Amino acid sequence: MQQVQSQATPAAGPTPAIETRLQVLMVGLGNEIFAVETDMVREIIDPVPVTRVAGARSFLPALINVRGNVIPLADLRIRFGMTRTSQTPDTRIVVVEVEIDGDPVTLGLLADKVYEVTEVSTKHAQQTPRLGSQWRPDFIRFITKWNDEFVIVPDMARILG
Amino acid sequence: MMELDPTETFRQEAAELLDSLETVLLDLGQTPQDRDLIDAAFRALHTIKGSGAMFGFDKVAAFTHDFETAFDLIRKGKIDADRDIVTVSLAAKDYIRTLIDDPDSTDPIIGEAIVEELQRLIGGPAAAADNKPATDIEREAAPTPAGWMIEIAFEPEILRNGTNPLVLLDDLRALGSCRIQANLDAVPELAALDPEACLIAWTVTLHSACGKDEIEDVFMFVRDEMKLVITALDEVASPLFAALDMSMPDVEPEAPAPRAVAEHPTVAAPTASAAPEKVEFNRRADDKSSTVRVQAERLDELMDRVGELVIAQARLSQLAHAGTDLAIKAIAEEIERLASGLRDTTMGVRMVPMGSLFGRFRRLVHDLSRDLGKPVDFVAIGEDTELDKTMIERLADPLVHLIRNAIDHGIESAERRAGTNKSPTGRIELAARYVGAQVLVTVQDDGAGLDTARIRAKAEEQGLIQPGAPLSEHEIHQFLFHPGFSTAKTISALSGRGVGMDVVKRTIEAMRGTIDLTTIPGHGSSVTLRLPLTLAIIEGLLIRVGEGRYIIPLSAVEECVELTPAIEARSKGRSFLNVRGDLVPFLRLRDLFEAEGEADPHQKIIITMMGDTRIGFVVDQIIGSHQTVIKSLSKLHADVTMFSGATILGDGSAALILDVAQLVTLGQNRAESDRTPEAA
Repeated sequence: MQQVQSQATPAAGPTPAIETRLQVLMVGLGNEIFAVETDMVREIIDPVPVTRVAGARSFLPALINVRGNVIPLADLRIRFGMTRTSQTPDTRIVVVEVEIDGDPVTLGLLADKVYEVTEVSTKHAQQTPRLGSQWRPDFIRFITKWNDEFVIVPDMARILG
Repeated sequence: MMELDPTETFRQEAAELLDSLETVLLDLGQTPQDRDLIDAAFRALHTIKGSGAMFGFDKVAAFTHDFETAFDLIRKGKIDADRDIVTVSLAAKDYIRTLIDDPDSTDPIIGEAIVEELQRLIGGPAAAADNKPATDIEREAAPTPAGWMIEIAFEPEILRNGTNPLVLLDDLRALGSCRIQANLDAVPELAALDPEACLIAWTVTLHSACGKDEIEDVFMFVRDEMKLVITALDEVASPLFAALDMSMPDVEPEAPAPRAVAEHPTVAAPTASAAPEKVEFNRRADDKSSTVRVQAERLDELMDRVGELVIAQARLSQLAHAGTDLAIKAIAEEIERLASGLRDTTMGVRMVPMGSLFGRFRRLVHDLSRDLGKPVDFVAIGEDTELDKTMIERLADPLVHLIRNAIDHGIESAERRAGTNKSPTGRIELAARYVGAQVLVTVQDDGAGLDTARIRAKAEEQGLIQPGAPLSEHEIHQFLFHPGFSTAKTISALSGRGVGMDVVKRTIEAMRGTIDLTTIPGHGSSVTLRLPLTLAIIEGLLIRVGEGRYIIPLSAVEECVELTPAIEARSKGRSFLNVRGDLVPFLRLRDLFEAEGEADPHQKIIITMMGDTRIGFVVDQIIGSHQTVIKSLSKLHADVTMFSGATILGDGSAALILDVAQLVTLGQNRAESDRTPEAA
């Protein structure tokens, strides 16, 4: 099993106006790359059997068992209007802890590929999404550059809320 | 391992004593002449005073002393503990609690006011003209003699019960100069001596101006375990007494036996518990069986561990049954048996009788009844009914709301009641009982009942329903659970703000319980809460629907039948099943869960019962029973209604637990809509 332990990073200010460096995990979803802050990442696991939850919101379609804890599995591709693709050998589950309305909530994020842990700078941050109209601007904290590619720093609490 | 803070011990002990004091005082309000109750109250006060002083809670000790002094008059039977006295005493009890919890926030003036009020009430009827403080009155009543002759003979068991007679003799010395003489007549020869039996008697000549009651107080806690004869010295024939005094030199109670035992209290204690047949002898010891205080978090932790064990055991069983090794199968079965026993024991440890909760409602009713000027009798039934500790805690607030509502809205004023043939005193009944694996808690009043027309008018006014919409009474009553809904014409301090019933409903549903409201106009209403026994582990029925596996709580399952082609043919168009003459609606879980794959050719119907409603669920396969450790659903799945939680199966995958109550509601709605076109 692959595991990346989250490392304590100094509190990274969310405001892109001042240059801050964020330690992030690069996650591939569809054709896009998302930068998930390592502060919220608990672990990365190989795909596990999922339990479908009838009647749940479409981007939270299932439950998984991670070390005795039953947590929801989120498919952000649905939230971002991308087409779902079937599982590949690169598919992983990124277990994150997000604060929602003051409570910490643990959940799994389905990822088509997990690249690496790196740093992004808010220097190149761009506020306006260049990606189609189905992208809700409030889901995105900002867009920045990594290896000459645009990466999205998502606002997890808004996406899940 | 754990450091015990003696102050904390005192706080806990005092909290329990205050609770029991409250119960006793409330009982006393009902039966003012009950001497046992008065004695019990006095004993509680005395212990709080004593241990308060011991642990440095001087304010507590000082106030309790004043309170106790005043209460002593009641104990002496000079006056009855009427309602006013009970009310003041309750206030005093609250004040003591504040003194212990947060002494800085109080003002001694409150305490003085309480004591003054108590003295006024006590002094008033007994000796209206007499303005002297209570203690003086009492001293006058019993003229003080020059001294007392005290004959003391303890029961032999007293040492085993942990009493040290020497301390009591020291207490006597504190009252005045003493001559203490030991009577060794009953002490056998050394060979036959039982070092744990107290066979020494004492005769004490006490030269003091103290009252007889002060001597009795010294022995208050051992009064039932001894013979005590107190005679005034003037009553003792003087020459004889003089002779006695002369002939007996000062004999210090040299009692090697008691001393030896007192130094080994740990030895004495188990002996006492090992002889339970003698317990009735000791009234103080028999009111509580021996208990251990455990931190609540530790119990929670234990439950978590047991939950994990049960899951691991389920995996082991599954593996063992898949294999062929008989020895492993035998061990797996043994572990299954042990784990299930451990689970039951652990859950039993967490069970708390409802009585612990009901106690505080008596106070609530007492206070509300006084504040609102509505005389109300409070009846609690089923106080021994046990429920998981966490549930008892979460149940407290909802029940407070329900009882407040019942008194404030339900029970009519005494004048209005006089107009009917009801007794002027209202009645609130709080009952708890087991029904299957559920506990039913009912709050019932004999008030006016719900005003359906007014609720309807209010719902129309708030735009919740169209004017004139056809709704059953039951449906209209459901608006009471709507957030912000209140029909109270005026907002009182207690109710009418429209917060409450919706919170009650949410809390109960969060506990996987249901709430039901019935009312008979003019005769009162009743609210019934149905709660599962525990929140942690349930016995479940594992089923398969399509590809997914689910758990149905076994407590809800009535029976399982096969969905035969005959039923299938008959149920065409509508989903009803004929179960021994009863029409039971059924739901196809495959449709509900949008299951993929082919339906099993031999589908089963599981008939469940929720409240008074039966409903069937069509499933593909019944796999078997399953020890279900309940994991609550994530906040992100709060919008999921069909499931109440999840669990982990033997193979490590997660399975959802069906929320039968919700599904029954769903089924009822479908059945209604099925029926309606038929009727039309």
